[in-house]
Amino acid sequence: MLEIGVNHYLILSGLLFSIGFMGVLRRKNLLMLFFATEVMLNAVNIAFTAIGNYYGDLSGQMFAFFVIAVAASEVAVGLGLLIVLYKKYGSVDLDVIASMKG
Amino acid sequence: MESLVYIALFSPFVGSLFAGLLFGNAPRNAITGWVASALIFVTFLASATLAYHVATVGAIHIQMMDWITAGDLSIPFGFLVDQISVTMMVVVSLVSTIVHVYATGYMDHDRSYNRFFSYLSAFVFAMMILIMSDNFVGLFIGWEGVGVCSWLLVGFWYHKADRPFEENPSISPSWAANEAFIMNRVADLGMLVGIFLIYWNIGSLQYDVVFEAMPQLADGILVSIAIALFIGAMGKSAQFPLHTWLTDAMEGPTPVSALIHAATMVTAGVFLVIRANPLYALDAVSGVSMFIAALGTFVAFYAATMALIARDIKRIVALSTLSQLGYMFAAAGLGAYWIALFHLAAHAFFKALLFLGAGNVMHAMDDELDIFKMGGLKTAMRGSYIYMGIASVALAGLPVFAGFYSKDAIIETAFNEGTFIIWGMLVITAGMTAFYSFRQVFFSFHGEKRYEALGFHPHDMYKYVLIAMAPLALLAISFGWFMGYYKEFIYGLNETVQYEMSDHTHHLAIYLGALVIAFALTGIFIAWKKYAGKGEKAWKRNEKFENSFVYKLLANQYYVPKFYDEFIVQPYTIMSAKFWELDKKLVDGSVDKLGRACVKIGDTSRGMQNGNLSSYLNWMGVGALLLVLVAVLSSITPEGIVDVLRAVTGKGE
Repeated sequence: MLEIGVNHYLILSGLLFSIGFMGVLRRKNLLMLFFATEVMLNAVNIAFTAIGNYYGDLSGQMFAFFVIAVAASEVAVGLGLLIVLYKKYGSVDLDVIASMKG
Repeated sequence: MESLVYIALFSPFVGSLFAGLLFGNAPRNAITGWVASALIFVTFLASATLAYHVATVGAIHIQMMDWITAGDLSIPFGFLVDQISVTMMVVVSLVSTIVHVYATGYMDHDRSYNRFFSYLSAFVFAMMILIMSDNFVGLFIGWEGVGVCSWLLVGFWYHKADRPFEENPSISPSWAANEAFIMNRVADLGMLVGIFLIYWNIGSLQYDVVFEAMPQLADGILVSIAIALFIGAMGKSAQFPLHTWLTDAMEGPTPVSALIHAATMVTAGVFLVIRANPLYALDAVSGVSMFIAALGTFVAFYAATMALIARDIKRIVALSTLSQLGYMFAAAGLGAYWIALFHLAAHAFFKALLFLGAGNVMHAMDDELDIFKMGGLKTAMRGSYIYMGIASVALAGLPVFAGFYSKDAIIETAFNEGTFIIWGMLVITAGMTAFYSFRQVFFSFHGEKRYEALGFHPHDMYKYVLIAMAPLALLAISFGWFMGYYKEFIYGLNETVQYEMSDHTHHLAIYLGALVIAFALTGIFIAWKKYAGKGEKAWKRNEKFENSFVYKLLANQYYVPKFYDEFIVQPYTIMSAKFWELDKKLVDGSVDKLGRACVKIGDTSRGMQNGNLSSYLNWMGVGALLLVLVAVLSSITPEGIVDVLRAVTGKGE
């Protein structure tokens, strides 16, 4: 039976981060972008806690809490903006709300 | 005394600024001429007082302020008024005063009257710096300053169009001005090299320090310094092969020719050699000194031959200037520095007078320069006739007149030194000098009134101008009488400037003098016989003679200008055109390419800014990946690679 060690957590974290990153790059819906960033943040949280546990140091987990707190407030502000955008454009699709033309 | 030095130095500058700043854009205003003249006269008074002070008390050496201090280099703005510089100061300021007054009459109808006086006074200021500086850098600044003023003044009538080369006289004022300036640049390089060599080997540029340290230097260095400085002197004093600019500089207004290209600036080269007499008197550089004497003699002879057949009144005088400069260099090269300086002063007086007289003639003849078209002017222009006569006699070196004493002393020096070739050539040249100067006088003032047929109505210059020229005439007559006093005066300077004839020469002096006079009288007599009479024979141009080889050689100035044109100017023009092409392609091209590339990159990358947040995020992602890549790549070290390889292969654990 394979022992689950820090490497596995880190691989999981890397995979999640990659999924989130791809989401950020590929998604066009603003709401989905938020989800993708949440996935990325939580991937980082996993890495923090895993490494904190590995070294027997609590500051990794503490940092994860901070990240959660910041992410929550970010979502609150972001969703507020999102609603305003939706009211203005009637859509949250990035292709639709693009207003600058280079 | 210190304030007198500053007054002598700066009052021309004030005059220049007065005319230039206050009246630069104003229409012709007689006040500029008079204020400038008065201020130059102030300089003359100050110089004369200083001369008295130097004679009775001694030299003045003052330092106005620190000028250039950088590291070990320290060049103060200092002035030295000793026997040599005070002589030059008096000569320059006196001639300048008279030329300024003369110019108020001569330039009376010129629309750029104010500009003219601004330049002319600026020239005097630059000349004063050149003379009075106590170090080589100050000398060089003055040197360049007179060069610039000469350029401005030769090209004063810059609006005149170019004429073909064959036509008499040369090409155009602006062309002549550029020629003079560029040719002097060539020589100035030599001078700069000399100054650098001095600083390099001695570590100072103050005259007193430099000349004291010189005997300790190696011979090779001394010779290089002497040669380099003399190259500078050759340019300013128009010695062969850098002489062509002087005759072409006659395109400038006549007062300019009189002041700059006869009496003062062109003698700066001679002044430099005299100033550096402790250097040129050293045994180590005797070869260079001999070369100076030989070159001077050659130029004296060479210029005199060209003057024999010249037809342009100003060109004749210019060539005689060249010839007399040769005499001065001959004396300086032979070690008779004070005689050279004395001839310089005497020459300044009678040559300025001659030039101003020629200017009167030109003015009367509506700027006609060809002496073949004049003749019989003596009734219409009595004053100018007398002045020209006096100046020509002085130039020819007949007894009592100034040229007799100074030029004769130079010829005697050549005899005394045992350099008989130089002596012989100088004696022959003296004969030629007498011939061509009287040829010009007889041509223009005697014989038939040929100008009448050509429709000229000559009239003499304003009375006050003629009166203002009187001091020059007096000095042209009497300056030689003071030779004994002058000798006593300048002997106070140092030992190298002193020069005495041997007893042997002293005994023969009467015969030597008589020989020179005989040559001069013969020259005058031939000129009289040939040109003073009436009838066609006196002035009819001889076609056969003018087609002969000798005449063509002389009329074309030994083909030296042609040679320069063919082998230097034209190849240079072609080369410049080629380089211009290259420049356009290479330098301009690369700069243009760079600019265009920037524009292109900007234009292309503009597409990124499309306003779509998603694509921005993509670019950000690319950037982040690139940064990670850079971080990874930059952390790779050889040891790291080895570690990774070990880890992969599982060896060396």
